[in-house]
Amino acid sequence: MRRLTWFNVTALTLGFAFLYIPIVILVIYSFNASKLVTVWAGFSTKWYFELMRNEAFLNAAWVTLKVALASSTAATVLGTMAAYVMVRGGRFFGRTLFSGMIYAPLVMPEVITGLSLLLLFIAVGLERGVFTVVLAHTTFSMCFVSIVVSSRLATFDRSIEEAALDLGCTPFDAFRSVTLPIIAPAVISGWLLAFTLSLDDLVIASFTTGPASTTLPIRIFSSIRLGVSPEINALSTILIALVTIGVITASLVSKRAIMRQRAEEQRAAAT
Amino acid sequence: MQQTANGCGFAPWQDPNEEPLIRFEGVTKKFGEFTAVDRLDVDIFKGEFFALLGPSGCGKTTLMRMLAGFEKPTEGRILLDGRDIGPVPPNKRAVNMMFQSYALFPHLSVAENIAFGLKRSDMPKTEIPGRVDEMLGLVQLREFAGRKPHQISGGQRQRVALARALAKAPKLLLLDEPLGALDKKLRQQTQFELVDIQEKTGTTFVIVTHDQEEAMTVATRVAVMDHGRLIQVDTPDRIYEMPNSVYVADFIGDVNLIEGNVASTEGERVEISWAEGQPLIVGSSASPLAAGTRCSFAIRPEKVAISAERPPDAVNAISGNIHDIAYLGNISTYHVRLDTGHIVKAQTANSRRIGRRDFTWEDAVWLSFTDTAGIVLTG
Ligand SMILES: Nc1ncnc2c1ncn2[C@@H]1O[C@H](COP(=O)(O)OP(=O)(O)O)[C@@H](O)[C@H]1O
Ligand SMILES: [Mg+2]
Repeated sequence: MRRLTWFNVTALTLGFAFLYIPIVILVIYSFNASKLVTVWAGFSTKWYFELMRNEAFLNAAWVTLKVALASSTAATVLGTMAAYVMVRGGRFFGRTLFSGMIYAPLVMPEVITGLSLLLLFIAVGLERGVFTVVLAHTTFSMCFVSIVVSSRLATFDRSIEEAALDLGCTPFDAFRSVTLPIIAPAVISGWLLAFTLSLDDLVIASFTTGPASTTLPIRIFSSIRLGVSPEINALSTILIALVTIGVITASLVSKRAIMRQRAEEQRAAAT
Repeated sequence: MQQTANGCGFAPWQDPNEEPLIRFEGVTKKFGEFTAVDRLDVDIFKGEFFALLGPSGCGKTTLMRMLAGFEKPTEGRILLDGRDIGPVPPNKRAVNMMFQSYALFPHLSVAENIAFGLKRSDMPKTEIPGRVDEMLGLVQLREFAGRKPHQISGGQRQRVALARALAKAPKLLLLDEPLGALDKKLRQQTQFELVDIQEKTGTTFVIVTHDQEEAMTVATRVAVMDHGRLIQVDTPDRIYEMPNSVYVADFIGDVNLIEGNVASTEGERVEISWAEGQPLIVGSSASPLAAGTRCSFAIRPEKVAISAERPPDAVNAISGNIHDIAYLGNISTYHVRLDTGHIVKAQTANSRRIGRRDFTWEDAVWLSFTDTAGIVLTG
């Protein structure tokens, strides 16, 4: 059954080629000595040094990082609260409407989200800049956090919280000292999700940002329009490396945690 | 037996001057249209081990949750020490609960689980470790203090849950099917541990169970529930020997029920006509009955004797054939088919080794019982 037939090998190769050839090409050309993207002129790391001197890119990177940190943190707080109310709040007036509305940004075209936020900011007279991008990113990534957290809350034995109340906790204390530590992994992965969403968002950021606060995706996109430069390749390679390291670390950590827990359970069963 | 286990003559429910610890006054709990607890009145006294017994879905957990403060009565009041606890939130009640699922905090160690409630009480910080250690000793879990709940066995988890609920020395401890997850042997052993701990700590226990044997073993009084109502509240022996209704008689243990009409009464002695051409059955009734009343005669299988010949001086004797025999090791239950078609169970202790059984299938036999062995029920 599980033999490698020529069909399997072909399918696998094609699939991976489809996924990774563009990225591999990008990485290779980031080490190209030539300024021309399509001509290979030998190995060089000079574009990476160029990049370090490029104020515009460094600024954009800094803005993106600030936006991602702030918006993912805010989205995590709001999304967790929303998830808690929806899973634990019992039946209240308008609950179905509320839960439907919180997931709407998932299916809403980004252009529309961006446009409506832009209109709002203009209407209330909010100067566009880092702050408005943070608000916009918080709005759309919050629902992702709330999905991740509410799926964890739904599988969580309610009586654990009741036990905390029974033992003298106020509802807030019960949330802080029992619920939060238990759902922490979901909250953290919700934060990571919001962080990456904010990091690579182009559409909503372009709608809501101001001239002085260009994010990295916007900067990359606009400089591509003037022609692909090897600097962009270098920058993208750095981003790929960072994301890869992040994903691998996260999966190793969670795998280790699962293995450790399993080993402990087996030990407990044996005694 | 029960009374000796709980101190001789412990019966505060018989003392009219005794103040109850818990008083339910006409408590009703509705979920929408559905009535989970229906106009319930009962008193529970200090030091009692009070068992709630009933089929699944009859409202036992709801009753406990009202005591703990997680549900509010739709109507009526619950008094703790004479005070209405309706407006008191769960974290302010001197009541602790041991949950059906144990509900241990998975991120805390055994010792931290036990200390959890103490840290939120007015106990001085310096006294907490001592109290935790005392509780660990009580449930024999000292060497597991540092483990997480997933690192210990089911039986140990259950003891952690008990220790955690007892640590704050509540006036009232609620146990919701505490032993449901344990196998039979461990359950029996734990039942005795529970009684032991209850006596040591002097705490009032209310335990929910759907296992009647468990209720009979641990309780000072048993309350039999059905559809949100209390059918009978009494000591285990009275519940067994003097059920007030067919429901209770049938729910607790094994019983033969024969329907008939009251033919005549004389004090507690009642004669019942139950089938054409059969002699009247003589039984007893706690309450006076009018002749002609529709009734059920209830008798436990172990009170029915079985013999080959008609016992000469038996008050009640009925003939039949052996229909089936259930051999249970220590006892055998004979299912006897009467000439009227009724099946009556008779139980005998197997004091002799197998091989010399007196009766076998299709043997003609006589069933006999005294006039006080069975009771007459109308409910
Ligand atoms: N929160 C609730 N909402 C609606 N119905 C409920 C709720 N809690 C319990 N019930 C209903 O009340 C009845 C009694 O439940 P419960 O007290 O849990 O029974 P028991 O513990 O005796 O098995 C059940 O029919 C159950 O479906
Ligand atoms: Mg229950």
